[in-house]
Amino acid sequence: MFRRIASANAEMVMIEVDGVPVTARRGESVAAALLASGLSIARETPVGGVPRTPYCMMGVCFDCLVTIDGIGSRQGCLVSVEDGMRVSIQKGRRALA
Amino acid sequence: MGLGREYDVAVVGGGLLGSSLAWGLGRLGQRVVVLDEGDIAKRASRANFALVWVQTKGLGLPEYTSWTLRASETWEQLAATLETETGLDVCFRRPGGFHLALGDREMELRRDVLARLHNQPGAADYRTELLDHAGVRKMMPEIGPEVAGGSYCPYDGHVNSLRVFRALHTAFGHQGVDYRPDHAVTAISGNNGAFHLTTRHGEIVAGKVVLAAGNANAMLAPMVGLSAPMEPNRGQIVVTERAAPFLHFPMTTLRQSDEGTVMIGDSKEDEIDDRAHHMPIDVMMANRAVRMFPKLAALNVVRAWSGIRVMTRDGFPIYDQSESHPGAFVVCCHSGVTLAPNHAFDIAPMIASGVLDEAVVGAFSARRFARPSGERAA
Repeated sequence: MFRRIASANAEMVMIEVDGVPVTARRGESVAAALLASGLSIARETPVGGVPRTPYCMMGVCFDCLVTIDGIGSRQGCLVSVEDGMRVSIQKGRRALA
Repeated sequence: MGLGREYDVAVVGGGLLGSSLAWGLGRLGQRVVVLDEGDIAKRASRANFALVWVQTKGLGLPEYTSWTLRASETWEQLAATLETETGLDVCFRRPGGFHLALGDREMELRRDVLARLHNQPGAADYRTELLDHAGVRKMMPEIGPEVAGGSYCPYDGHVNSLRVFRALHTAFGHQGVDYRPDHAVTAISGNNGAFHLTTRHGEIVAGKVVLAAGNANAMLAPMVGLSAPMEPNRGQIVVTERAAPFLHFPMTTLRQSDEGTVMIGDSKEDEIDDRAHHMPIDVMMANRAVRMFPKLAALNVVRAWSGIRVMTRDGFPIYDQSESHPGAFVVCCHSGVTLAPNHAFDIAPMIASGVLDEAVVGAFSARRFARPSGERAA
């Protein structure tokens, strides 16, 4: 559904989404990379258990909350991808390790 | 009167306290108007910690222990009644509650407070026991090594206080209670049968008047020959993101809500500006919370707030009817959440009947502030 605008000199990085390797473009946000991945990336909200995907892409709606490198509830649209980043989709409330 | 309505009772203040009273009066078929401030009121009902709390209540006034126990025992009934009327589950839970001590000195302080409470003449048995580290650990395996122990009281619980607030207001609609926001009362005149209350939207007339306006009662009470000496203070609360349930008991300074957030409280400052917020206080509270439950360190803080506590000069409730203006009542208390069932099921019927039952609430008259100091000390 989402397609990156072609760019001749884009540099790609590898991130991991729930253990699945995903190619992302350096400089884009985690939320953008998730949308472009084609994976099923809907989180489930902690109270109502309803699905949510990134929406506003500008830090306002908080629908893109995601766990990045072990830190939960980060706004995926405000964090740039880094090579080797480990992302996990939140399903309901986080359990504390 | 503009709308041509007549009221049996005007309740001044639409927070948890005024709402519990108005709901209780509405259940009795009274025609009730609630005169409230607007959305930006300094509202303890939105800033509170949502405990239904018994342990250590009543040091200096044993009747307050009994009054609080009575509330703990009837909270379930209030929750069930609200759910039947509104379909809203206010999530009242009473697993018992803890006060944790970090280090031996805090443990000694706790032991001392409990002994003083226990030794008061006429003290009700609220079954609070002191547990050492191992004893607490048996019930809460996730405590940190610095927890020296704590006190546990089976009557302690908690509730979703925001939903209680919403449920009471929802029930107003079913009962025909006339709720009027932006109707701060600036003057009261008249007497039993016809009190005239001045608001910016005109005058309201009611047979009786109940002052339930929190700290503003100090200013309103003298208008009808009553007194309500208040000494408000401020508290800060820190809130984390939602997490799977892992804190199964509410604590004096720490609880996990039904929706998963962890609330960390509750500081006490003399400053009463709720727009100020002091980060060092949050840091200290969060630090203590992590020492109690090291796992908390993994959670993000998502918000913090300051709130103004409604507090009488000695911390105990005030229930009075005016001698010079019969039909005018004043109700003040710090624990609007804990005492909500008493206000709905006990105080409201007394107000409807026109007589405060001396045997039940006589100890809470503001006349105690007029006594020579020391009279109660024995």
